Amino acid sequence: MPELVITVARFGFLILLWIFVFTVVGVIRRDLFAGARSSRLVAAPRAVGASTGQAAKPAKVKRGRAAHQLVVTAGQLAGTRITLGEAQITIGRAEDSTLVITDDYASARHARLVPREGQWFVEDLGSTNGTYLDRAKVTGPTPVPLGVPIRIGRTSLELRP
Amino acid sequence: MTAAATPAASPATTGEQPGVRLARSRRNAELSLLLLAMALVAAYGATVEANMLDTVTSDFWMPAAALGIVFIGLHLVIRFLAPFADPALLPAVALLNGLGVGFLRRLDLADAAPAERETLAIFAGIGGRQLAWTLASVILAAGLLALMRDHRSLSRYAYTLGLAGIVLVMIPAVLPRRFSEINGAKLWIRVGGFSIQPGEFAKLALLAFFAYYLVRKREVLSLASRRFLGIDFPRGRDLGPVVVVWLISLMVLVFEKDLGTSLLYFGMFVVTLYIATERVSWLLIGLVLFFGGAYLAYVLGESVGGPFANFYLRAQIWLDPFADPLKDGYQLVQGLLALGTGGLFGAGPGAGQPDLLPEVQNDFIFAGIGEEVGLFGLSALLVVYLLIVERGLRAALAVRDSFGKLLAGGLAFTLGLQVFVIVGGISKLIPLTGQTTPFLSAGGSSLMANWLLIAVLLRVSDGARKPVVGGGRAAARPAGGRPEQLHGALTEVIKP
Repeated sequence: MPELVITVARFGFLILLWIFVFTVVGVIRRDLFAGARSSRLVAAPRAVGASTGQAAKPAKVKRGRAAHQLVVTAGQLAGTRITLGEAQITIGRAEDSTLVITDDYASARHARLVPREGQWFVEDLGSTNGTYLDRAKVTGPTPVPLGVPIRIGRTSLELRP
Repeated sequence: MTAAATPAASPATTGEQPGVRLARSRRNAELSLLLLAMALVAAYGATVEANMLDTVTSDFWMPAAALGIVFIGLHLVIRFLAPFADPALLPAVALLNGLGVGFLRRLDLADAAPAERETLAIFAGIGGRQLAWTLASVILAAGLLALMRDHRSLSRYAYTLGLAGIVLVMIPAVLPRRFSEINGAKLWIRVGGFSIQPGEFAKLALLAFFAYYLVRKREVLSLASRRFLGIDFPRGRDLGPVVVVWLISLMVLVFEKDLGTSLLYFGMFVVTLYIATERVSWLLIGLVLFFGGAYLAYVLGESVGGPFANFYLRAQIWLDPFADPLKDGYQLVQGLLALGTGGLFGAGPGAGQPDLLPEVQNDFIFAGIGEEVGLFGLSALLVVYLLIVERGLRAALAVRDSFGKLLAGGLAFTLGLQVFVIVGGISKLIPLTGQTTPFLSAGGSSLMANWLLIAVLLRVSDGARKPVVGGGRAAARPAGGRPEQLHGALTEVIKP
């Protein structure tokens, strides 16, 4: 084998190794920044989002303003995100809940979030310590605006676009 | 879970409702990364042959192809059974495993008689055995993925697993020496020509148990505390379990003569405890206990000897390997020289002299590879390990239940710690201990256990990333229909 070929192969292998590393990082990067971008959007005051001209009709939530994620903002699961689909989300200590919270102040089946025509409703399931939407206690199914905290025990959740 | 029934959320199935952002499964990214990894393994094989045989045989690609087939098989299993699993895990692990097989095959080539080199069968020698073990391990990992559809089901067997873990750890300690000792460390079960290292599997079982136990106890461990020097310290009686694990790991150190394994178990427990309670004091307590214990063992080894003598010797070699470079310090010195010879870019795959390194196929594989790929290549391998650990921690952050968080966080950390212990050992950062380098070293037990670990991480990351479909009863409801419990809701709608 000519010396040149071996040298090329030797350095080529090392370069290929790093290309692999950077490709993996590239694949991962997207979902690292996907999360960061959406939280930046939420961090802006809610009025900004509303004034960007979507002028959503009251009953219908337009595509750009719909909730896509449920984010836990405080409590032991802080930082957890759930990508919202079209199924309800149950919250509680029970193992089969969608969001299992280990919190002394939460009931086994504490509350749930139900989508209806693009709007999410929070409903208390007869919990001991109650569910709060911002400061108000939730008594019946209540629509949840984006960025307003739902409080369950020591845990806070928010809907985000 | 109904999620299993609708794999790969294609736009057609979930795209009906406006405003639902599709969670992408990224399986195609995984496949292309996997192909790239296999191309790298083939390139490695070709370079090795060019350097060692002065020609590239026509079937240099065979090991890479054999590996590629099983990995693509695992990829297909993931595609159907864990469609939202992390796309970076499988290719990264496949690359390490493939390079490990390639390097072991390179050792076989060096050992083979010159006439036989060009016709070395792919399943011959330690490289071939490693290839066979890889096939078995990947099949086992796929089996675990198929069997465990939800990582939470693991918590049901937590106590069984905990007991099994302790038994597995203890077996080599109580077995007579001739059945369990290899190179001074009693970590093995040797039956006939076959040896397994039960500790590798115990790691996984114990971690599942720790995660379950700590989910149960986290409240008391994180709430009841005394404040001292600005740090919250737990009450004395809550220290019980951590002291028990500490004692067990010290017993491992003393009776199995293995610092690495004992550090691994103890670190695993302390970090899971830290993840569960978010208390820095646990890390401090853990570090103090471990270093105190290790120092005590060192002092005892110097004065009393007996079971501590081995550890004392290892610490001596670590402090000054050149004191006796031809006998006690030989292995470490040769490893350091190999890394030094490799320099920045290495001698080139196949152009080094790994046969001068004792145990190059096991503990010193990183030094052996380092001689040939240099710092430039070694750091790439370390970054690949880092990425695997990062993906595991990421899955832990994203998963929605505490057990999954602790399990994935602990497993990812354990993998990272194991890499640290062995790479730190061969580079003389910490005393050398006989740990395997995950996915690279020859050895079926280690390979199998680590592939099972990856299977669990894949399962947890799938649980973390998949969109919520089917939260119980509502799953069967047609999209857009009204949830029956909300029929009175309209009168209560408050406009945001």
